[in-house]
Amino acid sequence: MTKEELLMPENLVCGKPTLMNNEPMHYCPGCSHGMVHKIIAEVIEEMQLEERTVGICPVGCAVFAYRYLDIDWQEAAHGRAPAVATAIKHLWPDRLVFTYQGDGDLACIGACETIHALNRGENITVIFINNAIYGMTGGQMAPTTLVGMKTATCPYGRDVKLHGYPLNITDLAANLEGTAFVSRQSVHTVAAIRKAKRAIRHAFENSINGIGSNMVEIVSTCSAGWKTTPVQANEWMEENMFKFYKVGDLKDIQH
Amino acid sequence: MGKIKGVIVIDTERCKGCQLCIVACPLDLLSIVEKKVNQRGYPYIQQHDWERCTGCTSCAVVCPDGCISVYRKKED
Repeated sequence: MTKEELLMPENLVCGKPTLMNNEPMHYCPGCSHGMVHKIIAEVIEEMQLEERTVGICPVGCAVFAYRYLDIDWQEAAHGRAPAVATAIKHLWPDRLVFTYQGDGDLACIGACETIHALNRGENITVIFINNAIYGMTGGQMAPTTLVGMKTATCPYGRDVKLHGYPLNITDLAANLEGTAFVSRQSVHTVAAIRKAKRAIRHAFENSINGIGSNMVEIVSTCSAGWKTTPVQANEWMEENMFKFYKVGDLKDIQH
Repeated sequence: MGKIKGVIVIDTERCKGCQLCIVACPLDLLSIVEKKVNQRGYPYIQQHDWERCTGCTSCAVVCPDGCISVYRKKED
């Protein structure tokens, strides 16, 4: 079989999701945001909700998410994405509403909005990208930074006596009455990406069926902020992040 | 039984050379193109031995920028 015989449109088995446009993404090479964008695009396509989805962009690296996925988006003030999502879901109950937030946006500035929106049981999905660092602003310490982890603002490592303990907000969300599905996933291998996709699909189905609020944390890498290559960043994440941020479903009221 | 053949097409202008696909490929068929960059200044990857490719889609699944399209067909 020649290459030309193989390269027929009917033989295409995997490629860029059609909801993702050709705009080059501004993310650094190997950034986990790209994988999660792709998963979201694929899930929305599979659920045939292209015309009925509203995403809320955060402030952070994903602030330009509206450029890359051809669905409706709304930009929110820093940390206020769950509050905006609440308003949109109340006005348009038939829409799939999700927020897409990083750890600086969700766990620090927007911790209040996130906890209250989840606790009220709003029928939204919160997608939480946790790379333990403020990636966009230059790698400063975030509430989720691990103990001992070096960042631009704690160059000798996070010291518990000086900086306090990391905030595990997904564990907190699992203890709230209003949440229907809380899961922590990662996107560093093919198997992990498939699991993350299943989790996001389940969360989106809960949101559209009005079962409660949903949160999917994606333990991610920030190779630029961690000052490693993308491949080394994945290894570092497996060795260090997974000890504190254990991957798996934390709560599912339907099972 | 027919053998499954695959081939990938890489959007080299979109590729950022992060090399996650090189690690993900179970047959080690991908490599970085040496001493070359695309218009945006990034190194990019190539499939150096397409005849062994089975079209498993691992590279396309892990690609953060969606620059890999996988074509697969069962050989008669």
